[in-house]
Amino acid sequence: MDHTIVALVEDKPGVLNRVASLFRRRNFNIKSLNVGNSETPDVSRMTIVVDDSVDASKVEANLYKLVNVVDVQDVTDQPAVIRELALIKVAATPGQRAEVASLASIFRGSIVDVASDSVVVQITGTEDKIASLLELLNPLGVLEMVRTGNIAMMRGAMSGKRYYQEKQTVNSGQ
Amino acid sequence: MKLTGAEIMMECLVKEGVDTIFGYPGGAIMPVHDAMLKYPVHHILTRHEQGASHAADGYARASGKVGVAIATSGPGATNLVTGIATAMMDSVPIVCITGQVPVHLIGGDAFQEVDVTGVTLPITKHNYLVTSVEEIPEVVREAFHIARSGRPGPVLIDFCKNAQLGEMEFEYPEGEVSLLGYHPPERAPKADLEEAVKLIEAAERPVILAGHGVQMSGAMEELRMFATKTNTPVAMTLLGLGSLPASDPLSLGMMGMHGEAYANEAIQNSDLLLAFGMRFDDRVTGLLSTYAPKAKKIHVEIDATEVHKNVAVDLPLMGDLKNVLTDIIPMLDEYDHPQWMSEIAEWKAETKERSIMSWRDDGKLYTAHAIRALWNATEGDSLVVTGVGQHQMWAAQYYEFEKPYRLLTSGGAGTMGYGVPAALGAWFAKKEEDVWLIDGDGSFQMTQSELATLVQEGANVKIALMNNSFLGMVRQWQEFFFDKRYAATPITGPDFVKLAEAFGVPAKRVEKPEDAMDAIKFAQETPGPVLIEFRVEMEEAVYPMVPAGAPLNEMLRRPIQEE
Ligand SMILES: Cc1ncc(C[n+]2csc(CCOP(=O)(O)OP(=O)(O)O)c2C)c(N)n1
Repeated sequence: MDHTIVALVEDKPGVLNRVASLFRRRNFNIKSLNVGNSETPDVSRMTIVVDDSVDASKVEANLYKLVNVVDVQDVTDQPAVIRELALIKVAATPGQRAEVASLASIFRGSIVDVASDSVVVQITGTEDKIASLLELLNPLGVLEMVRTGNIAMMRGAMSGKRYYQEKQTVNSGQ
Repeated sequence: MKLTGAEIMMECLVKEGVDTIFGYPGGAIMPVHDAMLKYPVHHILTRHEQGASHAADGYARASGKVGVAIATSGPGATNLVTGIATAMMDSVPIVCITGQVPVHLIGGDAFQEVDVTGVTLPITKHNYLVTSVEEIPEVVREAFHIARSGRPGPVLIDFCKNAQLGEMEFEYPEGEVSLLGYHPPERAPKADLEEAVKLIEAAERPVILAGHGVQMSGAMEELRMFATKTNTPVAMTLLGLGSLPASDPLSLGMMGMHGEAYANEAIQNSDLLLAFGMRFDDRVTGLLSTYAPKAKKIHVEIDATEVHKNVAVDLPLMGDLKNVLTDIIPMLDEYDHPQWMSEIAEWKAETKERSIMSWRDDGKLYTAHAIRALWNATEGDSLVVTGVGQHQMWAAQYYEFEKPYRLLTSGGAGTMGYGVPAALGAWFAKKEEDVWLIDGDGSFQMTQSELATLVQEGANVKIALMNNSFLGMVRQWQEFFFDKRYAATPITGPDFVKLAEAFGVPAKRVEKPEDAMDAIKFAQETPGPVLIEFRVEMEEAVYPMVPAGAPLNEMLRRPIQEE
């Protein structure tokens, strides 16, 4: 089973390189990696998916060892929202557009661009959902596809930032 | 008052307690060397930057302080790399400062520009690129904090020339360093300790595995108390030697590939391994699938990435070893394992019979005997620095360490050439003590140019060069596993006595066992660096030996001496 790991990292030059270098050095295979802003300025948020060839607890420990990594959490077995966004360009004559639109709408996807011989479908969801839509679109001819890789967030108010909070309380207790 | 970046760097280094820097100058670091003249810091000019990083490492291991090396950009910085990797593998706190081209030239392949933070990323605990003068104070403080705390290691600061030349009002940031994502564990939770007590109580055949962490944490006394109270024998890793005096009745000596057979036997038959600050390196476990099959394992570690890395353990205790032992000792009763101890004593007796030390004199000069002569002459109390190879293992086996911080050797990386520069660094840390380098003719030739540095600095380093005219350890593997095909291992050298003398180092050659003691005395009585070349047996092998990939207790043993 894939493991989804969320890491909060300091937004400094070279941090992505440190993470990538770590994965290469320890021979951890990355399935997908997504980086972007978090709610805190100067802290970026990474969502990393590794497959089951990798021991996720080792990934967690090694990531946390990087000085610029503030917090790491494996959310795989936690109540979490995990989503991916995909853009799929499908070959479609004007006559086929309606068919694509209705397929997309089954999965709450939508057409976001129309050209004379193709349309771009946007869909967000789990990997499975995107795979299902893709299967239906394939016969029409998928010209191009891009996927963001998973992003993840724990459900509930107190989720996430586990290390960070623990350490804060430990430190304030000293 | 406004100071330049180079001056601010020096101010910060002095605040960190630095008074000794090993380095080499060059264009991109000139402002720092220039500023250094105004500060109470001694700069030692090594003959190669690799020498500077090894010397900083030797200084750090011998003193317990952070060692500092400095070099220019490009080739100066890349020459540091082997020393940095060596320090990384052995968790040695050093800070390396490298010059870098001005920030506006970065990425343009400027003269002597190398992406040094990129090159050193996987071999440093952390590194920094300083592009402006404002960053310096925080970065230097963080660098030293990171290098010396938690599991220590090397930190590199790549220092752009514009930041060295830039000026600002300098104010030293007081207070503790606080890093958002850096919190080494300090004490293990009570519940985990209670769990450990149960395992210890239940054990009948316990063994402590003492690693480098014991000395890094300064937990020698706690180790002794724990071992004595629970009556648990202690096997040590190469870097753990000295954690418990070799003469302590509970000491099993060294474990592993060239460890004591009875130590390995004890580990394999143990029902509880207590790993204290060690990382189950392949050189100490032998074939993993057969490692200590009956033993529960408790792992006291400060670095979470080491837990379950090579050996899955039953109970990790995360924290600083000294704290963990201090917390757990009062929770323990006194235990006795008479049967276990007598079993071990039997294995030990059998080993003694086989030992080369029990051999009658056959007129040949063996490295082991030369090392034992050295041990006698120095009353077992010298700092011992080594190269890498057979002589290193013999030094570990026959220079029995009674005290901590006495053996300086490249364990994890196995870096030949470590010896001469590390001995230089060790001498700067402990000028009042004896420093002996036990080196091999191959290892020595890698960094022998540092003899000039020893002379320039008047460093009182004594060198015992074990010349077997072979890259002995590799030759040994060829003897055992490659049908004696000695590919690329016969090695010639200069006339080492003349070479030393050319550098201004008094030297003597020893060819017969009976001359060893006199030569050692000569070295001890002559001030400054001295070299003694021992022409040792060419084809001796280090025993016992666990062949790579074999179970830990399947060892090749020394043949009984021929009549
Ligand atoms: C820099 C480096 N290169 C190669 C090796 C591989 N190696 C390990 S031991 C050894 C031979 C060492 O020879 P010497 O220093 O003469 O010591 P001896 O084994 O003869 O005592 C070699 C080549 C190494 N450890 N380090």
